[in-house]
Amino acid sequence: MILLVIGLLAWWALPDQLGLVTRIAITALFVLSLDLVVGIAGLATLGHAALFGVGAYAAGIFALHLHVDPLLGLMVAIAAGSLLALASGAFLLRYHGFTFLMLTVAVAQIVASLAQKARDWTGGDDGLSGFTMGPLLGLFEFDLEGKTAALYALVVLAAGLYVSRRVVDSPFGLAVRGIHENRARMAALGTPVVRRLLAMYTLAGALAGAAGGLSAQTNAIVGLDSLSFALSAEALVMLILGGAGRLHGALIGTVVFTLLHHTAASINPYHWLFIIGAALMAVVLLPPQKAWAWLRSRRGAKA
Amino acid sequence: MQLLANVLIDGLAYGMVLFIIAVGLSVTLGLMRFVNLAHGAFAMIGGYVAALLTREAQWSFWIALPVAIAATAATGALLEAFVLRHLYRRTELEQVLFTIGLSFFLIAGTNALAGPQVQLIVLPPLLAQSVDLGFRTLPAQRLFVIGTGLIVAAVAAWTVTRTRFGVWLRAAVDHPDTAATLGIPIRTVQCASFAAGAALAGLGGVLGAELMPLEPYYALKYLVLVLVVVAVGGMGSLPGSLLAAVTLGIVETASKYLASDWGSLFFFLAMAVLLAWRPNGLLQR
Amino acid sequence: MSVLLLETRELDKRYGGLHVTRKVSLQLHAGDRLALIGPNGAGKTTLVNQISGTVAPTSGSVWLGGEDVTRRPQAERVRAGLARTFQITTLAPHLEVQRQVELALFEREGLTGRAWRSIDGYPVLAAEAKGLLSSLGLGEHAGWPTERLAYGEQRLVEMALALALRPRVLLLDEPMAGVPQGEGQRLLAALDALPSDLAVLIIEHDMDLVFRFAKRIVVLAEGAVLADGTPEAIRNDPRVRTAYLGH
Repeated sequence: MILLVIGLLAWWALPDQLGLVTRIAITALFVLSLDLVVGIAGLATLGHAALFGVGAYAAGIFALHLHVDPLLGLMVAIAAGSLLALASGAFLLRYHGFTFLMLTVAVAQIVASLAQKARDWTGGDDGLSGFTMGPLLGLFEFDLEGKTAALYALVVLAAGLYVSRRVVDSPFGLAVRGIHENRARMAALGTPVVRRLLAMYTLAGALAGAAGGLSAQTNAIVGLDSLSFALSAEALVMLILGGAGRLHGALIGTVVFTLLHHTAASINPYHWLFIIGAALMAVVLLPPQKAWAWLRSRRGAKA
Repeated sequence: MQLLANVLIDGLAYGMVLFIIAVGLSVTLGLMRFVNLAHGAFAMIGGYVAALLTREAQWSFWIALPVAIAATAATGALLEAFVLRHLYRRTELEQVLFTIGLSFFLIAGTNALAGPQVQLIVLPPLLAQSVDLGFRTLPAQRLFVIGTGLIVAAVAAWTVTRTRFGVWLRAAVDHPDTAATLGIPIRTVQCASFAAGAALAGLGGVLGAELMPLEPYYALKYLVLVLVVVAVGGMGSLPGSLLAAVTLGIVETASKYLASDWGSLFFFLAMAVLLAWRPNGLLQR
Repeated sequence: MSVLLLETRELDKRYGGLHVTRKVSLQLHAGDRLALIGPNGAGKTTLVNQISGTVAPTSGSVWLGGEDVTRRPQAERVRAGLARTFQITTLAPHLEVQRQVELALFEREGLTGRAWRSIDGYPVLAAEAKGLLSSLGLGEHAGWPTERLAYGEQRLVEMALALALRPRVLLLDEPMAGVPQGEGQRLLAALDALPSDLAVLIIEHDMDLVFRFAKRIVVLAEGAVLADGTPEAIRNDPRVRTAYLGH
């Protein structure tokens, strides 16, 4: 709820920054889907971009060849992300820890290589473009200022957050969190461990696919970078920055990192990595949580 | 037939480079349980030092190489002693975040100091020529790389199994608290092995400069490849890493020669198959 | 004659050249209190692992309630009424005690596939969890994350989780292991209060506990059943004394 308010405020107050708002919303949705896998289910992955990318390409190809309605395209993107998650998860979830992590990298790189090879469908290195989205709900055109796009992205993000919240707070979510903390314990309780993890992974795939679809639709272009290792790594960084496992940490991390990147790049396009690198190291050496706790204890002492 | 020979030689050389760089990461990950995603930066530093010394200062390659290795070792040792050792007890995700931040920082630093262009290392005449082995002529550089890789493997194996340091290392890894009470200088072992790993990475960076061009993003660009070698070979298993590196190096080279429009598909496919077949490493105990 | 709930038939396990379980045949009926004892390395935990499904036997079979479950995964055996505790406490460290018991209840009722209603929306199960914890003396700390509990209390939570599943057969792997002297009382009381129709197999080294609790004792040595009988018979059996003292 708070999210929607902030989002709407941003949408209303920063008419020239709507592109940034849209980008943050889409990335936040992607990092949120990553939180379901990494923070809730406890499965560290560096291949999550594959789910984003197939959603993006699916939405793009759908718009280019079949139909330009954005919501239908979004459905297609969600389906694509879910299907890839289901298929790859069935294989990946037989493995644990570092092996699982590296296999996610392999799957993502294989998908990326295939996308690069299939130029006729994906445009290869040049990317997929040349499609224009139809009006949202038949009413709202995607305007040049990006008002529709921003609102669209924010609403989808809010929906994604709502769904995630409900799932995590449900018995299913509790079971997945139990699996994260102690797999042997859950097996001893009779939980079908792999089945539960696969379900969560598929849900994450759906949300990641949605984010990809949004990206394709609001940018009207899909590039190979939507499948890249760099994207997976960046998302993981944003998640850890904001705090994994609490859902809203994904949003915080995305906002902080993106704004940091944005401001640092505008200060000095060549040396922005200095600032980000230093910031990441600082965050680990002086965790914000400890800072908050220290502040709270000072306040408590005074009272 | 000529093609096959080229693929094998180039692939073997590529694999050796990956192996040399991977040793340090395998030790740090598998033995010290520390996720160091800044490992690629060590290879980069070694390569850059050698490049700058041979090109700008016009030093002989044969002097620049050990200096580059020493410089990387020193960097590794200082980093470990003052910064990284405080992170051994942190969660893996925090280690990931920190070392990625460190990589970003080093990338930016390299860019600031030397600019974004690719750095070339000036090879000495001895390595720039071809060597006639009777049945075939081979580039000397490739032979040098392959030879160095084998020497590194032998020295590493000997160190771990036959020296007191090796015993200390294995004890420190398996039973850190007991090892400390037995008088094993844990901190020294940790710092020394980390520095050695960094030094080897630096060596690999120099040797592989032709195949993996030195530019600021090197630190993260080739990290995945090294991680793959460590994973397929098995964390902490040096023989496994050697086998994995050579196998995957040949696969990647073959794919570059024969099916270049498929990108790295076969590399990752081979990797996935090998890892799925042997999740604990190729030579799992 | 009470119902036969658990049976192993010629259960055998080898790890390469190591023969850890030798043709073990056991029977557990409703209401049984069977203690499995034996020197270290006799293969007690391995036997229990094969019964619970954590480890697959090399040959032989496990029968639960008259059905062959040898090929069935652990989760299925749990749903068929078999529960176990672990020698080393196996709990989710950050989950609150109450939540963890509720999780066991959700699993029992088959609710962990439900992904929409909040976990706070099951008052009946929450009350059952609360009640179970109170009966074990854990009511006070129900809201604590399990890692904050004293070790003895963690062992109690371990037992609570097994009991929450309303099993028909309960396997207890050294429930008193690692519990400091002063904290054992509640565990003992909990053991005494176990439902009378429950079939219980307990591995223990504490002989006072064994002779107080067990109605039957099976002695395992080097993977094979050395003796099987009443506590009196076992106490006086010379082979048992040799097995223990000979090591």
